[in-house]
Amino acid sequence: MTKIAIFDFGAGNIFNLHQSLLSNGAQKVDIIRSLNELKDYDGLVLPGVGNFDAAISSMQKDSALLNAAVDKGMPILGICLGLEMLFDKSEEGVLEGLKVLDGDVLMLPKMKVKVPHIGWNNLRIVNTESNLLKGIPQDSWVYFVHSYHIEPRDEKLIAAVTDYGSKLPVVIERSNLFGTQFHPEKSGKVGAQIMKNFINICEKNE
Amino acid sequence: MPLSKRIIPCLDVDNGRVVKGIKFVGVKDAGDPVELAKKYSDQGADELVFLDITASKEGREIMKSIVRKVASVIDIPFTVGGGIKTLTDAREILLNGADKVSINTATVKTPKLVTDLMNIFGRQCVVVAIDVKRNYEVDKNDKEHTIIHGPDREFYFEVMIYGGSKGTGIDAIQWAKKVEELGAGEILLTSIDADGTKNGYDIELTNTICNSVRIPVIASGGCGSSDHMVEAFKKTDVDAVLAASIFHYDMLTLDRVKKYLAEKGIQTRI
Repeated sequence: MTKIAIFDFGAGNIFNLHQSLLSNGAQKVDIIRSLNELKDYDGLVLPGVGNFDAAISSMQKDSALLNAAVDKGMPILGICLGLEMLFDKSEEGVLEGLKVLDGDVLMLPKMKVKVPHIGWNNLRIVNTESNLLKGIPQDSWVYFVHSYHIEPRDEKLIAAVTDYGSKLPVVIERSNLFGTQFHPEKSGKVGAQIMKNFINICEKNE
Repeated sequence: MPLSKRIIPCLDVDNGRVVKGIKFVGVKDAGDPVELAKKYSDQGADELVFLDITASKEGREIMKSIVRKVASVIDIPFTVGGGIKTLTDAREILLNGADKVSINTATVKTPKLVTDLMNIFGRQCVVVAIDVKRNYEVDKNDKEHTIIHGPDREFYFEVMIYGGSKGTGIDAIQWAKKVEELGAGEILLTSIDADGTKNGYDIELTNTICNSVRIPVIASGGCGSSDHMVEAFKKTDVDAVLAASIFHYDMLTLDRVKKYLAEKGIQTRI
């Protein structure tokens, strides 16, 4: 039985994410507010709604537990803000990030493109061995809604990019740590496949 | 490849049913909102918008349960608007599964609501709906409004509230810039002049607003055919188009519309 936890930052809609995990193969999905409960689960999802500082504050106390889970190889999927939080810092906030990944989060270039980046854009897969993107065709459409973007220090972590003014890194993969800048739970059939892939990874790790 | 252009069906919901009103008279039942949402989503809608046109309290409660049901059956984004007056109203809709809320009259009355919503839920959740009508009563010495010199008469674009029935005297161009500053993530722009005519989107208005802001704009009002969508995308920098009645009763299906747009060189998600 695959059990997945969604960490709730307390700021928004995680109903869709919950539904999406359930309809794509997770047997049990719980919403948790402390990572102390993490040991009972096969995977963790950091949702993509809210504001950087507020989300960081809600998770700061559990930062050591998060790092321990990463080190143990627990499958973790950060979506949008849930991905941005894993970096060193963000232009959206003043608080330090969770520093699980090296790099910064920057504002999209307002002078070049409309901000927020809202809508369906193409995935250009650069890591064809990616486990999260298994079975996803090149140039698949996924749904974005964000004003900030990640700049990982290590380019090898980038599994896919999208073209919005420049090539933005939008999928990160480092062993069992995954992140998407877009919202798989809102990305139709393509997003459903990505959710299934993540749940499969959790299942294997069970 | 650039961002795809979005096609957004709009469903007017009254007491739990989708209705199609012709200028708000002769309201006709068009079906179950959850079934229609699923159908449009399966056919390739890029997003959905629900407008709650119910006036009653009971109707509002029904709307919340519809939002939940819709969120359980579709995996594309959806927006709920109509009658959202306070932070609590917006929160209830978002926590029941909507991705965005659209606010209109309330923004004019309490501009701070936009900023409050942005701070709690993020800019992407906040769609500000702006209903606009040309106002020809312009004074020579008018400094408050951006005067447009039409072919026969001068006018300014006026922000309307209460479903387009009441003028505010506010200049729509300045208002669009203002809501962007306040924290809107998108503008849902409805031309009251074009609404219900089926003669096509208001290109002049859409262009004017798109050129004034840096956030995405959704055009609404006047769509009667796929060619009207092509026109809007070719002649303006608009990001999405909203259409209501052309999708009801299967007059046109979304997959056909999107295929047609693609043939005309518009980038769509197929």
